Amino acid sequence: MPSVITANRLQDGVVVYLAAGNVWKTDLAEALVAHSETELARLEADAEKAAAGQIIVGAYAMDVELRDGKPAPKSVREKIRAAHRQTFPDLTEIGLH
Amino acid sequence: MYRYDEFDRDFIRDRSREFRAQVERRLAGELTEDEFKPLRLMNGLYLQLHAYMLRVAIPYGALNSRQLRQLGYIARRWDKGLGHWTTRQNIQFNWIKLVDVPEILDALAEVDMHAIQTSGNCIRNVTSDPYAGAAADEIEDPRIWAEILRQWSTNHPEFTFLPRKFKIAITGAAEDRAATLFHDIGIRIVGGPNGTKGFRIYVGGGQGRTPYVAQEMNAFLPQADLLSYLEAMLRVYNLHGRRDNIYKARIKILVNAIGIDAYRSEVEEEWQRIRSEEIDLPADEEARIRAQFSPPELPSRPIDSFMLTKTRAADPAFDRWMRHNVMAHRNPEYAIVSIAFKEPGGRPPGDVTADEMERVADAADRYAHGEIRVTYTQNLVLPHVARADLVDLYEDLKAAGLVAGNTDLITDIIACPGLDYCNLANARSIPIAQAITDRFADPERAELIGQLRLNISGCINACGHHHSGHIGILGVDKKGTEHYQITLGGSPSDEAAIGSIVGPSFPAEDVPDVIDKIVDTYLAQRSEDESFLATYARVGIEPFKEAIYGPR
Repeated sequence: MPSVITANRLQDGVVVYLAAGNVWKTDLAEALVAHSETELARLEADAEKAAAGQIIVGAYAMDVELRDGKPAPKSVREKIRAAHRQTFPDLTEIGLH
Repeated sequence: MYRYDEFDRDFIRDRSREFRAQVERRLAGELTEDEFKPLRLMNGLYLQLHAYMLRVAIPYGALNSRQLRQLGYIARRWDKGLGHWTTRQNIQFNWIKLVDVPEILDALAEVDMHAIQTSGNCIRNVTSDPYAGAAADEIEDPRIWAEILRQWSTNHPEFTFLPRKFKIAITGAAEDRAATLFHDIGIRIVGGPNGTKGFRIYVGGGQGRTPYVAQEMNAFLPQADLLSYLEAMLRVYNLHGRRDNIYKARIKILVNAIGIDAYRSEVEEEWQRIRSEEIDLPADEEARIRAQFSPPELPSRPIDSFMLTKTRAADPAFDRWMRHNVMAHRNPEYAIVSIAFKEPGGRPPGDVTADEMERVADAADRYAHGEIRVTYTQNLVLPHVARADLVDLYEDLKAAGLVAGNTDLITDIIACPGLDYCNLANARSIPIAQAITDRFADPERAELIGQLRLNISGCINACGHHHSGHIGILGVDKKGTEHYQITLGGSPSDEAAIGSIVGPSFPAEDVPDVIDKIVDTYLAQRSEDESFLATYARVGIEPFKEAIYGPR
């Protein structure tokens, strides 16, 4: 199952995703996608280093689906995190699936 | 209001300096997140979905206008221009950067405020009646005792690492407006023999995944004994409360496991042992604190009844506001005014902008002796307004967009931040609250329905008090989708009760229809002006079940 690493930026708590070149991006579409356990382990090792280097906090791997080859969130929680906002006046805007 | 002395100010400034150094060490890598987390939580700083959240203590919900203005300044400078009134009469800022927190704590200290004990397994902010010192039905101002409890519990060395968080509420009025029976310790000031006053003490109430209504611990505790008795209560809990299982760590679990009689006798034994240890407050110190809550001078302000009647007749919205947001004051020329932070087509319940904080602070200075209260239902109250000023106050609040006349009606919803912000949530609360508020936007219909407490929590931790809602809504995760379970018959008041689950949960988009059906069933079943709870008690859950699930 394709997955990416997400975390909160230490200094301001903003949601970030591990992207190419060990850079943390706020846009999930730019995240590096792991397609195997080995690839994921490599990303996790990079995240651990970033946590030790006071870049991010609370890193974890999350499942994504690929849309046009780009990672997109699956759960309601991750859809809200990826949107970086809390106002969704339409109850169905965050799709149920 | 209680005024800080130099000792209080030095203490707050020291704590602020201490946390500044801890943040610096965290950012420099000298503290890991595991080391830092308990330190930040001791200063009310959480990490939520999108940002850090800082919860600021508002002791027993009482603010002065200077403090409210400063909260507005903090919202504008370091948040997105927003604050959020909480169900513990506090404020939280949901969009905070860690690097800014030391500055924010300094800004709070400037107005005698802080974020200490708004998190962690300690005694949290003591809550009270938002109408304290003003209510027509008051026996004694509970703020005196809430302040004494605040001082006793602040940095109490023995109770800084309790098995779990600990919440105390105190009320001094005939009507319980502080949900005392849903607290770890609930205290009601009661009259005793020969004009004396004392406390009726309740223990073991709470919401969360195992809700309980508190049980009576002591029918009449003399006022002078309050601190030693509570010290004994906390000590027995601290000793026997479970630390091995977070879900069984609250005092409610202990009291219900060993029984109220066994708990009471252990407390009694401990109390007899310690009550001579000078824990109780000396009479002169009590008098000093009491003096700080002497009521403001309220000059006689005759009302032009003719003008008021005319204005009410000409403006139905003002008339409605008068009916629902203006409450009886002990001085008949004055009133208690509720300012609603919920309205159709509008904000998340309890959200407040920086501008609004400033406008309310101005109104408090102009009309209400600079005093403001936060309610646990996530609104504000001006406790001392001359009735002669009500029209002018209404106009000022109208200009600020703060005149929804819906206090305690179906649109005055308590809602937790839910999955929009919270790391613990299973489902969103805010958009559900907004959708229901919009569904009942017609003020005439809301008024026809009458007083109805509708509460929403986004998870079983029940920060949105769904268990005590006449109608409660609980967000659950059902196979990765947001679903909502409905409860009926809860109450936060004197006849406190936990709501009963009606049946299987509903997807988000069905919830407004379901609430509509429940309300229609109530309206069809009620006789004359019977309340929702009275109708529910009389007809039972079945008619409501049938309305929302169809006949069996």
